[in-house]
Amino acid sequence: MSECGDCHGCGAAAVIELPRGPEGAPASPKIVALAGPPNSGKTTLFNRLTGLRQKVANFPGVTVEQHTGIAELPDGRAVRIIDLPGLYSLSPHSEDEQIAHDVLTGQRPDTPPPEAILLVLDSTNLGRHLMLAAPILALGVPTLIILNMADDLRNRGGHLDTCKLSAQLGAPVALVSARQGEGIGEVFEFLASAMPAPAPRELPVLHDVPKCREWAGRVGSQASYRPPVPPKWTRRLDSVFLHPVAGPLVFAVVVVAVFQTIFTAAVPLMDGLRWLFEVSGKWVAATLPDSIFRSLLVEGVWSGVGSVVVFLPQVLFLFLFIGILEDSGYLARAALIADRTMARVGLQGKSFIPLLSAYACAVPAILSTRTIENKRDRFATILIAPFMTCSARLPVYTLIIAAFLPNRPVLGPFLGARAAALLGLYLLGFLAAVATARVLKSSILKSGHTPFLLEMPSYRWPTVRSIGLRLFDRAKVFLRRAGTVILLVTVVLWIMAHLPPVNGKAPSIQDSLAGTVGRTLEPVIKPLGFNWKIGIGLITSLAARETIIGTLGAIYGMDPESHQLGLQKALQHDLTPGGAVALLVFFAFAMQCISTIAVVRRETGGWKWPILQFTYMGVLAYGGAFAAAHLIR
Amino acid sequence: MQMSGNKGRPGVFAATLLDLRRGDAATLDHIDLPGQDARRLMELGFLPGIRITAGHSAPGGDPRVFQVDGSEIALRRETARRLKVRLDKARQSPGLP
Repeated sequence: MSECGDCHGCGAAAVIELPRGPEGAPASPKIVALAGPPNSGKTTLFNRLTGLRQKVANFPGVTVEQHTGIAELPDGRAVRIIDLPGLYSLSPHSEDEQIAHDVLTGQRPDTPPPEAILLVLDSTNLGRHLMLAAPILALGVPTLIILNMADDLRNRGGHLDTCKLSAQLGAPVALVSARQGEGIGEVFEFLASAMPAPAPRELPVLHDVPKCREWAGRVGSQASYRPPVPPKWTRRLDSVFLHPVAGPLVFAVVVVAVFQTIFTAAVPLMDGLRWLFEVSGKWVAATLPDSIFRSLLVEGVWSGVGSVVVFLPQVLFLFLFIGILEDSGYLARAALIADRTMARVGLQGKSFIPLLSAYACAVPAILSTRTIENKRDRFATILIAPFMTCSARLPVYTLIIAAFLPNRPVLGPFLGARAAALLGLYLLGFLAAVATARVLKSSILKSGHTPFLLEMPSYRWPTVRSIGLRLFDRAKVFLRRAGTVILLVTVVLWIMAHLPPVNGKAPSIQDSLAGTVGRTLEPVIKPLGFNWKIGIGLITSLAARETIIGTLGAIYGMDPESHQLGLQKALQHDLTPGGAVALLVFFAFAMQCISTIAVVRRETGGWKWPILQFTYMGVLAYGGAFAAAHLIR
Repeated sequence: MQMSGNKGRPGVFAATLLDLRRGDAATLDHIDLPGQDARRLMELGFLPGIRITAGHSAPGGDPRVFQVDGSEIALRRETARRLKVRLDKARQSPGLP
């Protein structure tokens, strides 16, 4: 049982605490690798150990994400923890496993070899998970075997003698529940200790899977392992969620509920933020003396950055839903239900998860395509992901829909006209993605058969902690973008709008540098129903889609003609309904995101695919907008 | 479905995972897939000699979830067809629609 926490008497499991004075403390923190199979709760443990002190980067030269974090020990020392990609064995099949293998064996020049390994295994499925212990222990690196999900094991009548298991493996064992925080002290205890190398034990032939499984079974039974009974609630829930009729119905309800809530629950919060920016902007304008600096601050920074930051609640609501779906285990069921549909366009259920996250942002979505082993399926998913309506499009859609469409009820109290229009735009992006996938998979990315394998995790309650960490992370990324890319663009734009000076004063926006650029572009975009102001917005939105709002906010704020009007009123004045639809269609199709282009280049290993993708999406956007502008009057 | 025994007599059938309906169980005999693919399946628990129970499926019966070695793994029809099993008992469950 987990009460066998102090294994100090168990011989092989002994964790010897060496006396360590302040002068003995190492200058740089110890590096510890966190390894384990997928669905072992590795990420939950990583969050539990490191909290907010995390960093996400890429392993140099490859496409695998590297999560590192600092765990602070009770005595104040720090340990650097590298969260490795999930792996089933150390014989590398995929790029992920190759990286994990290379880091663990110290073969990567960019990552120092870890001083210790925390091996996370699911205690409710020990027979299979213990197979990974063999190759890990064979490395001879100090290892703590962490048996996660101790609460599940106990609740479902499972049992395990950690002392005996530790003796069998020749390495310390800790029974923990990363979700509940149970047993985490033992992990810290190990990290603070001298971290002994594993005692030599007889291990199976590593490349023989049946032999490894046999060994794992034997070790388990010698540690009195009694597997838990099958999860009752998971079976019950699956008989609803995977029911032939109820299943797809629940699926549809979940998707609609997510969108409807984003559009209703987030609105008061957004109004609050908008009010805050207006009031503070007025206060700044009233406090500072009239100068060029005040103009830059109020007209450039405040209205530009402010109009983007307002959308933070919406972005967070979306990530809240994705987080809940993922952590509860429903997302895997959704992938199962979606698989047949995805297969029809040549993709697979695993593409569904990246594509669903692309609704939040294409960048993490493209990074998450790594779970697709088939390279052609993976590339196809990367190429269609930017069509999914990302959260950066949401503010643009919201603004234009709200300006041009009164909110009438469409389906009684359940669906308003604005939510319906939004849903329609989501559908438009989805259809473009599906059609593109079909074309790709029947031509340049046609692939043979690779088995589709999808593990169904047990249902679990998502924890506030894990969801909270995710939201914090997303908010950080969103605000950093507002504070860097968008701030830079608004400032550059403000400068362009104030040059060249006329009689020592700023020119009218029409005669300014920005106006000149916009007017040069006007003949090209006129057929779409856009004027030069929208043109400037389109250029700046190449950096990031939501920038257009800041840009338009700044332009209309500076233009004396429109500056009394709000942004919505100004748009109503400048765009015909056809032009508004054209703008929406343009945003649905165009690849206006430098971060996405950069990540596609990195993930596909060259410029070929991102250039192809950018051109294709651009042509589609222009064509679609042209058609919309001419069909709708 | 190919059968090696007589229909009336309970015996050992040569079948694939595809022949299992929800609630049916069988013993895995071998995996008829290339080395890499078979190995990945084995790492997930599909080892010769293990009991596999068919579970829920996506609408239309494809893919289907299989309970194997303490996990639930979903396989498409095209993969399930390659996992040859022994139906060592007569079917117990009448099968669900």
